[in-house]
Amino acid sequence: MRKNFDANLKELFKNRLLLLMFAPVFFYYVIFNYIPMFGLIIAFKDFRPYLGILGSPWIGFDNFRQFFKSFYFWALLRNTFVLNIYDLIFYFPMPIILALLLNEVKRKRFKTIIQTVSYIPHFISLVVIVGLIYDFFSTNGIINQIIGFLGIEPQRFLNTNKWYIPMFVGSTLWQNVGWGTIIYISALTSIDHALYEAAYIDGAGSFKKLIYITLPGIAPTIIILLILRIGHMMSVGFEKVLLLQNPGNIEVSEVISTYVYRKGLIEANYSFAAAVGLFNGIINFLLLYLVNMLSRKFSETSLW
Amino acid sequence: MQNFKKSIGEKIFGVSNYTFLILLSIITIYPFYYVLCASLSDSYAVLAKGGLMLYPVGFNVGAYALVFLNNNIVVGYANTLFYVFAGVSLNIILTMFAAYCLSRRTMPFKRFFMLMITFTMYFSGGLIPNYLLVKSLGLLNSRLALILPGAVATWNVIILRTYMLSIPNSMEEAARIDSANDLNILFRIIAPISIPAIAVNILFYAVGHWNSWFPAMIYLQDKNKFPLQLFLRQILIQADVSDMADYATEPIAENIKYATIIVSIIPILFVFPFLQRFFVTGMMVGAIKE
Repeated sequence: MRKNFDANLKELFKNRLLLLMFAPVFFYYVIFNYIPMFGLIIAFKDFRPYLGILGSPWIGFDNFRQFFKSFYFWALLRNTFVLNIYDLIFYFPMPIILALLLNEVKRKRFKTIIQTVSYIPHFISLVVIVGLIYDFFSTNGIINQIIGFLGIEPQRFLNTNKWYIPMFVGSTLWQNVGWGTIIYISALTSIDHALYEAAYIDGAGSFKKLIYITLPGIAPTIIILLILRIGHMMSVGFEKVLLLQNPGNIEVSEVISTYVYRKGLIEANYSFAAAVGLFNGIINFLLLYLVNMLSRKFSETSLW
Repeated sequence: MQNFKKSIGEKIFGVSNYTFLILLSIITIYPFYYVLCASLSDSYAVLAKGGLMLYPVGFNVGAYALVFLNNNIVVGYANTLFYVFAGVSLNIILTMFAAYCLSRRTMPFKRFFMLMITFTMYFSGGLIPNYLLVKSLGLLNSRLALILPGAVATWNVIILRTYMLSIPNSMEEAARIDSANDLNILFRIIAPISIPAIAVNILFYAVGHWNSWFPAMIYLQDKNKFPLQLFLRQILIQADVSDMADYATEPIAENIKYATIIVSIIPILFVFPFLQRFFVTGMMVGAIKE
């Protein structure tokens, strides 16, 4: 035992430079990630700034009870899920489809140009993207001018409940579909070419190759990305929601994360907002855990 | 491999596929082109014409003059450049340390440290505790509030670490025999080989800092420290161009917006083609699973 301990100590000493290099990273994670997690205890307290986090009195689950009983609870839950489910259905499959289409392009130069162009919007700030949306979709903006030529009445795209979700998901699709393909394209290039040649000799057409070789080849990638996406089910798009939000669409655009911001940082109701945030985080984590478990059971692909 | 004969169906698919991809590219790029044209046009001509534009109408660079004369834009630009350079320097050095250490076989407590960093991808304290932390560290209204809290991004560590894991061990062992220490090995051997992944890391961090506005909005009060995006938000979304042209009528305000957008995205469009070739090699498939 003693010998073992000495050996371990020696091992540590031998790697002291590695540990020293890792130290700033370690402290970064402790201070900026784990201390805030510990700070979540204010969700169970009546936090008063002058008493500090530790000095403030415990109040148990009062903040959570208040949130569950509040007038906004169901609306927030619904808005959050609806936005994310639309995003999941209308956005998530698109990069896969685009990657498959790009994969069929045999002219290398053409493919590279299309890819490069399709990545660009991903790198433009959300502020600019939302600024463009406000400009193009305003009542006298270019989109309304174009549909005016077609004899359609001007639409109030920006400040009505009706158009909020299509605008949100549509612009996400426009901005990110190209960038989203990158991970699938690298998965596609790692499929063994011999498989396609063998399939050809066996008389398989393009469609059969797609079903029996290509899709199984990228399935693990799709599953992992799906698990990660569902693990952020409740928090995707916070900054964009905040930028797109206005009094005209607040009924459908207010989601849990923006509510946390409003309650916590604008109204300085820290404990209550932390409780709402914790609720959100726990749901996210449970969803991640659940999907990961299901995936491990049925597909042998999982995060851990 | 594609010397196989093509059926008619495959030919039709090929043509429609190319057409679709070209259309998609046009839809992707046109909004930016429109903004560029409009920013270089005479504002009244744009208003009179309406609809799509293929080239500037009544060429006029007046809007750019107003943008560059605007103090907020200049201050914001300078601040953003500072946040990008200072931020990325810290990001990249810490990310390299993290990825290097976590990819060494002899690293003590490696599994524990990996778990410690990956867990933060799935669960975090969230907005309020982070805000209270920054506040209690005395960083409110400090430039450090935009640099320290995001100093390491776990996803980037994983990308770089996966890349470093793929480098054969023999290189490190050869260096060790020549009595090189870990710092030497990292900077002289591992880092130069990992350039594609480091380039991708730099790009992600730099774009992140360049585009960031929310932390600045909640942490900063002093306008002299605001990054560009915060001023952009006022101009583009809160439609406040009053600082720039008290005398300007509405059409000019539109052109100021367009010119501001172009000025703010030019640096990204400029560095983009140079880093683009690293994307696929720098972000390997293995990077997603960890």
